[in-house]
Parts: sequence; structure tokens; C-alpha cells
Amino acid sequence: MMKKALAFIMAMVMVLALVACGNSNTDPQTAPDDTTPTETTAFKIGGTGPLTGGAAIYGNAVKNAAEIAVEEINALGGIQFELRFEDDQHDAEKALNAYNTLKGWGMQISLGSVTSKPCEATATEAYKDRIFSLTPSASSTAVLVLDSDADPVTYKDNMFQMCFTDPNQGSASAQYIFDKGLATKVAVIWKSDDVYSKGIYDTFTAKAAELGIEIVSDTTFADGNDTDFSVQIADAQSKGAELVFLPMYYTPASLIFAQAKAAGFAPKWFGVDGMDGILTLEGFETSLAEGVILLTPFNADSGDAKTAAFVAKYQEKFGEVPTQFAADAYDCVYAYYQALTAAGCTTDMSAADICSAMIKQFTTMTFDGLTGEGMTWDATGAVTKSPKGMVIENGAYVGLD
Amino acid sequence: MTVKRISKNTRTTFITYGFVAAAFAVLQVLNSSGDLSPLLSGMLIPICAWVVMAISLNLTVGILGELSLGHAGFMSVGAFMGTTAAIALQRSVESAPLRLAIAIVVGAVFAAIVGFLIGIPVLRLNGDYLAIVTLAFGEIIKSIFTNLYVGIDERGFHMSLLKDRTDLLPGGKLIIAGPMGIGGVERISTFIAGFVLIMICLIVIFNLVNSRAGRAIMALRDNRIAAESVGISVTKYKMMAFVTSAAMAGGAGALFALNYSTVVANKFDFNNSILVLVFVVLGGLGNMLGSIIAAAALTILPEALRQFADYRMLVYAIVLILVMLGTNNPQIKNAFATCFDWLKGVFRKQSAKVSGERKEV
Amino acid sequence: MSFLNFLISGISLGSIYAIIALGYTMVYGIAKMLNFAHGDVIMVGAYICFFAVSRYSLPPLVGILVAMVICTLLGIIIEKLAYKPLRAAPSLAVLITAIGVSYFLQNAAQLLWSSNPKVFPMFFQRMVSKTTPDGTVQIVPVNGIDLFGGELRVSYVTIVTILVCLIIMLALTAFTGNTKMGKAMRACSEDKDAARLMGINVNTTISVTFAIGSGLAAIAGVLLCSAYPTLVPTTGSMPGIKAFTAAVFGGIGSIPGALLGGLMLGVIEIMAKAYVSTQLSDAIVFAVLIIVLLVKPTGLLGRPVREKV
Repeated sequence: MMKKALAFIMAMVMVLALVACGNSNTDPQTAPDDTTPTETTAFKIGGTGPLTGGAAIYGNAVKNAAEIAVEEINALGGIQFELRFEDDQHDAEKALNAYNTLKGWGMQISLGSVTSKPCEATATEAYKDRIFSLTPSASSTAVLVLDSDADPVTYKDNMFQMCFTDPNQGSASAQYIFDKGLATKVAVIWKSDDVYSKGIYDTFTAKAAELGIEIVSDTTFADGNDTDFSVQIADAQSKGAELVFLPMYYTPASLIFAQAKAAGFAPKWFGVDGMDGILTLEGFETSLAEGVILLTPFNADSGDAKTAAFVAKYQEKFGEVPTQFAADAYDCVYAYYQALTAAGCTTDMSAADICSAMIKQFTTMTFDGLTGEGMTWDATGAVTKSPKGMVIENGAYVGLD
Repeated sequence: MTVKRISKNTRTTFITYGFVAAAFAVLQVLNSSGDLSPLLSGMLIPICAWVVMAISLNLTVGILGELSLGHAGFMSVGAFMGTTAAIALQRSVESAPLRLAIAIVVGAVFAAIVGFLIGIPVLRLNGDYLAIVTLAFGEIIKSIFTNLYVGIDERGFHMSLLKDRTDLLPGGKLIIAGPMGIGGVERISTFIAGFVLIMICLIVIFNLVNSRAGRAIMALRDNRIAAESVGISVTKYKMMAFVTSAAMAGGAGALFALNYSTVVANKFDFNNSILVLVFVVLGGLGNMLGSIIAAAALTILPEALRQFADYRMLVYAIVLILVMLGTNNPQIKNAFATCFDWLKGVFRKQSAKVSGERKEV
Repeated sequence: MSFLNFLISGISLGSIYAIIALGYTMVYGIAKMLNFAHGDVIMVGAYICFFAVSRYSLPPLVGILVAMVICTLLGIIIEKLAYKPLRAAPSLAVLITAIGVSYFLQNAAQLLWSSNPKVFPMFFQRMVSKTTPDGTVQIVPVNGIDLFGGELRVSYVTIVTILVCLIIMLALTAFTGNTKMGKAMRACSEDKDAARLMGINVNTTISVTFAIGSGLAAIAGVLLCSAYPTLVPTTGSMPGIKAFTAAVFGGIGSIPGALLGGLMLGVIEIMAKAYVSTQLSDAIVFAVLIIVLLVKPTGLLGRPVREKV
């Protein structure tokens, strides 16, 4: 008994020693810089996102693209950035830990969090700490809202989004289907434990009801139950759906396409911005996604010179084609670059001072990026950019108007 | 003399209380003077919640001797019910600490009820079959909370499953919004509340263990048939430990959830139950102090490994394996023990020297 | 017809659970440990096969063999490094170590192969020439058989999975029943100390069990990803848990039990989705599991444990 307890204590001491080493190594970094303000020459920009675990693709895309943008901007010689991106494993608790780590490091401006729920948690803190945040991809409205009980609803003044909000996408999709007369009988397959999917689903169904589009089949899937879609597909098929709306990311969508094909079901498919990336999946047979319509702000294949340069650089560095997440993150860093330059911010300013300057800038400026031209932000923090309708033809996006 | 005879148990108990109180005092002083890094100061409350989870699971696994793989389910019940209570009382109860206390109690009560209901079927099984049924209940609870809608308006609470059919009057508020969970929660958890919760749980557990009921529970663990044959009621005592454990987990859930502005059901999944089990096994079955230290250390560990960047979770896994090997492999354990004996020898010699010197003076 | 279709989907899903469950049940039966890393060995197997076939253009069969060899080696290494030193330790300690191994494999896979999903190649299809309405002849892949004039569709993956599952089960039953090593395994699962007294090398027997279990994991990985072709580092974890559930369902330690449990679980899952609610299907599956265990506390085909006083 004694020996066991002893061995345990020894082991714990080892762990704690490791923890202590960890702390002592990061201490020089976490020491506040305000004693030597002139020494820092770069803006400290931080962000959190899932770099490990099931949602790791999204976090890594954002991190990689932000690194590229920071490198490019630093090479210009003007404003300098120092980027630190921490893992939050798509979890509010870890996201707050990651946020606090960044705060200790002396983060001046933030990229918020990559996914919605963690971003809600970090945004609340960033609001209190007066650190300006611009999230590339946390698209739920709850990220922006300060108090939903207030009448009218109040918004966090320092929280901005680079992606459009989920409600926007849902109603835009329904409107698009109605305007183009794509279908009158629609099936929806959505992810029942995902904020993103649920947010789009809610506004899509509301708008569809308003426009008289009939939703004949409404089925879901969830984490850990996201491999077999035979039932959902059979339901849509048997109820005669002409179009299937897929408010989800591309990983489950790729499985749905494959299984629908095996079942001999070929409706029109309609996706949202999370669908972008499906063509870049290694080994994916692009013919499965033939004819898929999606609303996306970003197109890696577009002839646009800026996009081409970004895609080439991303591919060279990370061996993958960037998705919309990456493009949004790249835009975020450039938006910061533009805003900081215009506001004349300097690296010795406190986070709170930068925050008020950024609020002024973002609500007034217009920004051209990879994911849209002439983007503006309103006081709530939501971006105004128009989703582009795309259709996949011969394994590439073709613009729809 | 009587004190000496029972001293072993009492000593462990008081060392545990003392350790928790001392750790709290030191951290509280450091925190209020601003000497703690933002990371550590932000982690104080979650650490308290995980410590409570660990000691409550230790009651089931270590004292009762049944493996539970669904402990996060109780935490989830506490988190959702406690937060719902806190939100519902936002206007009527002004004082935040009081609201927190009510939320924790509500969370604990609901978790206890769920624990009781689950306990009826679960405790009829044994061993790994019991474990898998707790896993199943954990998943069912997660599934229900993912699809549950709860709203409040002037007519009272409204509930619906699968679809939002709460039909709230204007001015009403949807508290639990299915997959979206609870959002916009006011963060009212405090470190002091966490400390108080840990202390209450420790007092309950130690009093239970050292009581007649506790001895009955441990007798069941050590040999069920023998215990039954001397007239110990299996169901009653098993249920007592199980429900107590569930209630504590519920309290921890409420404390945890009210430290974040958002709660989702997916947080309390199987992996989470496993994580708490790791704390318990690492800390030693039945060893409360061990659970406390293990929970705190393993909660801090992934954060402390951030310097490894991409390799962080890989290193975490390796540390976990090595610690398990280190604490359970006889050879490595013996190596530690030899090391300890040697240290003890050196220490004795020195203290002998010191006392010798003292005599001379 | 839709009922039959759902039944076939259920059997297909279930037979994959069954193959994974076989690995769990074998290891449990002999080493009395829940090897939570089993699901992740499956994931490694699938990745190996993916790279062998897609990147190095090896024929599918060679790819599967390579995956089996590597997974077997991986199983042996894991066993040597992580489990063997804990032979005398309480089973919970080994369980936690297995979880550590599971984290390790997932994160190592992410570092090595990135978190971006890979789409697994289609193995089980045959090329058929078809005449399109405008007269041209096209060669199109066909991945299943149509029955009743297209009303019912059975994919080749389903057929192969069920066949492989049966073959493995029969082979394992024959192996444990007739070979020397198999008998040693059964002896170990009955009573380790008695087996040791009879001159059986318990350590080796357990190691061999792990090797076989991991080799099976590679096959399970390939079949899992053939049916559901998206491969990520967390691919193995949820099917792993479900298969573990299936193994208990059927009676853990029993080889036919794993098959039955897996099939039942798959069919219940699909039926729950089809006829009750897609949102609550997991809850329903687990509720059925609980009810079955209450009626038969040691699973469907588990042997009742006699308690010794």
C-alpha cells in the first residue's frame, strides 16, 4: 500500500515537474510587455481552433492560411504581425483555456475561435477584456449577441465575423431555390448536434414555408452516427424529393453522395458554404458531386490572380487545396492589416485602445478579399457579402447567376 | 490511546481536508494578488469541477467497486438543470452566489433523481455488464439533451422533445434550445463556491465511508456474497453510494456549466466519462486525495504541454501511458521503492546525526 | 420493399460491427481487458491500405495483406510496450493504458496523415459495358446487384462483408477448437493459473491473441472504409465503441455472440432510424441494449457466470 502510494506520488511529481518546466519555458513569453513597450515591433495576433480531434480539418485550415497571410504581410516590411494559434479541440472549456493562454502571452487582436460554440465562450471573455475579435468562420449569430433578453437584442461591439451568419445562408438558399424554380419538393438532411447545421436548417425551413416550398423529408444524423445514410436517402427518395438540401460540412456530404449513388438516387443537391472543399478530398471521385449547387464565397479554381497566388502558396506549403475556411482566415489577417494601417495603430498600443480603433475602422471600411469584393460590416459585427451560387461541372465550380 | 488506534483513517481524512484547504488558501491569495497567469486563474473553477467529478466517481468505482462509464451523463443533467434554474431565477434572485448555490443544489437533486432511476436497473448487473449499461445511459442522456427544448414564460416551464414546440408567449425565453444547447449564460461560478463544493463532497464521502453504511458498502465490494449472507441489503447500500455519487456529479456539472457562457450536450460524452475514470484510476481507487491531485494535474497537463504545439496531444498520450506503467508495473515500482528506501536511509542517518549533534549541544 | 432494403443496410452495418466486435471479444475473453485501442488499430489498417492502393498503386488484395501485416506488427508492439508490463496490475489500470494508446494512435495518425479526410477507393465493383440511349457504349462501374427489378439493391461490399465475417468466425471457431494454440487460448480464458500449471505459456498466448485481434482489425478497417469511404484519424473510435457494445450485447468472450450482437446492433440502429426517429436512433439502440442485458444479464450468448463463495 505504502509503495503504491509512493509510486503514485513519484509519478505525479514527474507530471508536475513537466508542468513546471512547461510554465518556466513559456514564462518569458507570458511576461507582460508594458515595461518595455518599444521592444515589441509586431502586433500580437492570436486565435483558437480545433487542431486535434474530429474537427481538426477546420482549425488547421485557418491556422495554415493565417500563417501564410502573416508571412506575406511581414515580408512587405510595413506593419508586422506575430501569430499564435492555440488548439481548442472544438470545446468551450479548452477554448477558454487557449484564450487565457493567449491573453497571458499579450494578445492584442484576436481571430476569435474557428467553431461557433467555442467562439461564443471566448467572445464573451474578449468582450470583457476589450480585445477586438474577427472570427473567420464561427458563423452562428450567438457569437455576436451580447444579451438576447434585451429588447432590442444587443450585440458585442468588438466581435466581428468574416463569414456570413448561418440564418443568412439558410434564407438565401431557400430564396435561391424559389427564385430559380429548382424544386417544389425538398428534402433536408442536417446534423442534429451541430450549431452550424441547426442554424441554417431553422431559417431555411422558415423561409421555405413562407415561399411555399414543401419540405417532404426531414432527417438528421449526429456525431458517431454519421457513416450510414441509407435511411435518410431512402426517406428522401421514397417521398419524391426533387432536391436535397445539405446544410453540413463536406465530409458527411461526400458519404451521402456515394451512398445515394449506390442507391440509385439522383436528385438535385444543394449545399452551403461548408460544402466547399468537397472537390479537394483526396481520392474523392468528383463525378459523385456532379451537378451539386452550393452557395460559397470562395472558389479555389477562379481565375482571379489573388486567389490563384494564395492557392499556389497554400498547396506548396501544405500539400492541399485551401478551403473556404482557409480563405476566410487569410482575409481576416488582411482585413486587420488594412484596418490597422488606416487607423495608424502602433504595436505599443494596449489591446483596449486597438479595440476601439478597430471598431471604428471595421464599421466604416470596405474590404476586398478572396471571399468577396466590397465587404462591409454593420455595428452588430455581421459581414455583408453576397454568397455566389456555384454549380459543380466536370469536377470544377462554375458560377451561376 | 484510542486516537492512535483509529488514527490511520482519521489521519488520511485530515490530510485530505488540510491539503484542499491549503491549496485553496494559496491559490486564492495568489489569484487575488494577480500573481496567477490568466490561464491558471481561468482554470481554477473547472479544476474544482473535475475534482468533484473525480471524487464522486471514486465513490462508485473505488468504494462501491462498480465500474461506471457514464459518469459524464450525471454531470450533464446537473449542468443543464442547474443552468436552467439559474436562468429562470435571474430576475427573482438578485444575489449571484445565492443563485449559484440554488443552481448547484438543483443540479445535484436532478442528477440524484436520474441516478436513482438508472440505479434501479443498473445495480442488478455486475462487472463489465454494469459498465456497459452505464455507458448506454450516458449516451441516452446525451441524446435526450441534444434534442430537448425547454422554455419559460409567465405561464411557467414548457418542454418538448425533437422539435421546438414550446410556443412561448412574447417575453418568454427559450432556455435549452436542442442542439444549440444553452447560450448566453451569465458566468456566476466562483472559486470559493468550487472549494466549498469540494469540501462538502469530501465531508459526505468520509462520513459515509466511516459509517455503518460505508462499511456495508465496502463489504459488498470486497465480497458480495459474504456480505449478503450476513444480511447486508445489496440494493439499498449500492443505491446509496450510487445516488450520492450521481448527486455530487450533478453539483459539479452545475458549477462547471455556470463557468462558461455556453453549454452543449456533446461536451458530456463518452470521452468525458473516460477522462474522469482516468483521474480516479490514476489517483488510486478509494484514495480521495489521489483523485484530487490526479484531477488537478491531468486538467492542467494538456495546457502545460502547449509548448509542444502540434505534438501536444501525442505527448499527453505518452505521459498518460508512462504514468500508468510507472505506477502499476512491479519492476518500475520496485525501482521507485528502492530509491525511496535509499532516500529514507540517507534521511535517517542525517536526522540521527542532527539529533546526535543536538545532544552534544 | 423498403423494409427489406433497410434490413440489408442493417445487416451490412451490423456485419462490420461484428468483425470489429470479434477483435474485442477475443482479447477480452483471454486477457480480460477492454482494449479500447482496438478501434484505432482499425483506423491505422484502413490508412495503410489506402496508401498502399492509392499512392503506391498496389492491387487491393496486396494492400489488404500489407495492412494486415503492419497491423499485426503494431498489435504486437503495443502489447509488448504498453500491456505486457501490466500483466499483474488490476484490469482498470490496463484499461486506462489502452485509452492512452488510443489517444496516441489517433494523434499520431493526424500528425502523419493530416486531419483532411481521405476517400477510400472502391474495391468491390465490377466494370460493365452499357449502351447509352444515344448508342455509345460506355464502361461503367457497377457496385451491387439489383433484385426484383431494381426494387432491392444489395451492394457487393455488403455481400463481401457478410461472407468475410462468416469465414472469420468459422475460422476462429475452428482455430480455438482444434489447434494447440487455440486450446491454450481457451485454457487461459478459463483459468490462467491452472493453464500455467499445465505448462501453457500464458504470456505468449495472450500476445498471440493480440496479434490475431490486430490482424482482424486491419480487415475490419478495410471493410468499414469500403462501405463508408471517408477516412479520418477518428474513423475508428465510434465504430469501436459501438462494436464493444455489440460484443457485450452478444455476450463478451463468445465468438458467435460477437457476430450475433453486431448484426442485431446494426439492424436495430437502421430500423430505429427508419421507423422511429433519426435524431433518437442512438438512444433507442442503447435502450434496447439495456433491456436485453436486464433480461439476460450476461448478453445473448454469454455463459452465465457461476459465483464461487
